[in-house]
Amino acid sequence: MSTNHLAMNIATPKVERHTFAVLVDNEAGVLARVVGLFSGRGYNIESLTVAEIDPSAHTSRITIVTSGTPETLEQIRAQIGRLVPVHRVVDWTVDKPSIAREMALIKVAGTGEKRVEALRIADAFRARPVDTTHTSFVFEITGSPDKINQFVDLMGPLGLVEISRTGVAAISRGPEAM
Amino acid sequence: MIPPLKEMTGAEMVIQALKDHGVEHIFGYPGGAVLPIYDALFAANDLVHVLVRHEQGAVHAAEGYARSTGKCGVALVTSGPGATNAVTGLADALLDSIPLVVLSGQVATHLIGTDAFQECDTVGITRPCTKHNWLVKDIADLPRILHEAFQIATTGRPGPVVVDIPKDIQFKKGFYVEPDSVVHRTYHPPFEADSDVIAQAVALMASAKRPIFYTGGGIINAGPAASAALRELVELTGFPVTSTLMGLGAFPASDDKWLGMLGMHGTYEANNAMHDCDVMIGLGVRFDDRVTGRIDAFSPGSKKIHLDIDPSQINKNIRVDLPIIADAGQAIKAMVKVWKQKEYKADPRALGEWWEQIERWRAKNCLAYKQNGHGIKPQYAIDRLYQLTKDRDTYITTEVGQHQMWAAQRYKFEEPNRWMTSGGLGTMGYGIPAAVGVQMAHKDSLVIDIAGEGSVQMTMQEMVTAVQYNLPVKIFILNNRYLGMVRQWQQLLHGARYSHTYSETLPDFVKLADAFGCVGIRCDKPEELDAAILKMIDSPKAVLFDCIVDQMENCYPMIPSGAAHNEMILCDADEEAADVSDAGKMLV
Repeated sequence: MSTNHLAMNIATPKVERHTFAVLVDNEAGVLARVVGLFSGRGYNIESLTVAEIDPSAHTSRITIVTSGTPETLEQIRAQIGRLVPVHRVVDWTVDKPSIAREMALIKVAGTGEKRVEALRIADAFRARPVDTTHTSFVFEITGSPDKINQFVDLMGPLGLVEISRTGVAAISRGPEAM
Repeated sequence: MIPPLKEMTGAEMVIQALKDHGVEHIFGYPGGAVLPIYDALFAANDLVHVLVRHEQGAVHAAEGYARSTGKCGVALVTSGPGATNAVTGLADALLDSIPLVVLSGQVATHLIGTDAFQECDTVGITRPCTKHNWLVKDIADLPRILHEAFQIATTGRPGPVVVDIPKDIQFKKGFYVEPDSVVHRTYHPPFEADSDVIAQAVALMASAKRPIFYTGGGIINAGPAASAALRELVELTGFPVTSTLMGLGAFPASDDKWLGMLGMHGTYEANNAMHDCDVMIGLGVRFDDRVTGRIDAFSPGSKKIHLDIDPSQINKNIRVDLPIIADAGQAIKAMVKVWKQKEYKADPRALGEWWEQIERWRAKNCLAYKQNGHGIKPQYAIDRLYQLTKDRDTYITTEVGQHQMWAAQRYKFEEPNRWMTSGGLGTMGYGIPAAVGVQMAHKDSLVIDIAGEGSVQMTMQEMVTAVQYNLPVKIFILNNRYLGMVRQWQQLLHGARYSHTYSETLPDFVKLADAFGCVGIRCDKPEELDAAILKMIDSPKAVLFDCIVDQMENCYPMIPSGAAHNEMILCDADEEAADVSDAGKMLV
């Protein structure tokens, strides 16, 4: 018998990042079911957002950014789909053209030239100061996760002290609902 | 006219819902947080409650009951340790797709989160080992949740559910609604196959030169009609059939199309046919790792059809060419219909050659063994048990280990629902309580747990349950003093260093039987075995049969970890030649 079958199998898997929208009944424990599924089966969660979207119908929408091989992503979708309180699962990365946005609050502390530079970059990114002191700003920025990453990187040497990000919300382009 | 709503307590609703769902037997253990339900049960004369000795036993008994009847099994446990003791059974039922409703008591709603006496987060603990679960916080939700529980447990891919009911909810009064009035908002399992997909599948089958039916527990779960449809489809096509551990009995083992079980301890002919086939028809199976062996060498040249009711099983372990999402019975019937309508005929020459090849594999006689020496070979014990029980109304349960695989290889099942075993989770201790559950449902049948001396000690306390309810279960222990399957792996993978697999001390099972109030029989001579087995069968009481067998016998054939279907070990001589890879050693 030859050796190292497994080592050959797991060589260089192609990892992709996908964004899923999950429409669920807003019942107790539903978020734990989704999150537990990810941890229990060893899937990644890169970001997760959840909020009730229709109080009268008691439905919530969960947006999950995850990464894995195409086979894993297909399994993630099927596994979420079989959770009992789930109405629908959509993979925005493959099903339909979509828009993904994230909001972040970013605290930068400093004085002098660095402070001026932070404000100048914030302006270029259409980030707006929502709290200002003589030694700090809190910027509110909305955009794609990449744009926020870029902004955070630029703030690094300018006195970045704290980041709070919402995680991604996503929706399809065009007139149709999910 | 709308019937008037009935006002009742939560506890009474539980009893009413059980009756409305046709429940006749429940397996349970009382405690503080389920006292109101037990009080309501006191007056419920048409519900038989079986008092087990441990909550794990209650759940396994409910599994045996469900598996042997096709009905939903029901267990009732208290909060805290009652619920945590049920967890093994829930995980077992989830992996083997057994429909169960497990009701647990919970501390009163105002005490939840206070670390109250016998409080635990039951829905949190059981979430990953149930198909769904609920904590009932409002009496108004209780009847709906109870009805949803039965619907979810028994439809689609069946599985266990837990309804956790706080004690104050059990006391509260509310209005009961009938099962029919509940329509689930999100749960709509698939049932009927797409007719185009069925047509494609049947056309692919008709074009096959080396086909094989790979059948599994999904056919058992789809009911006796699914097994009947499978038999018709095999008859029509003339294709060979193999089955997973969970699917034994869906197709009769006496039929000449039957190749025996496949997988790690499957037959040489079944595994080679799976490896070399050109069209694989997977029906109610999940391409489990015990079945596939090395994934990248699994049946490399075949087109694969995969029928399953659970979409998440498609492409999970093995990429398939033609998925069919449907109930196994419905889809197999549809296949039969299309095959007949289109007047398909399998290519007689190709199929003839395929069967000739299969006969060459069969000629290896891979399940052969030598009954030499003075002791009893475990294979011989199973063969004699089979010969002496096959013409009776017999149900078999097992524990987990070598004895389980020998039973699966050698006991020939002709009908579905006759074989109860822990396949997915591999739960030692399953067999005795499962036998209790089976015997509760089939009072006059012969119910035998084919066991190992290791496994039975895990749930031995349920013998008392058997005695209390006059359940004449027969526990047939293949006693080799070793945790045999683990020892076999130590021999194969760890240089015969038998670390902690030998039982220096064992109970005297004959005396133990006496203490339990059942019958103990010991046999260690092949020439006395038949008489001893007949004595066991004829006993009106529960029996512990201590069958002393060869200590070092290994279970063959075997696909070693990390190997392919066509790299089987057939005997000890092969094993010495087998060189298990480091990667293979990592696998369980």
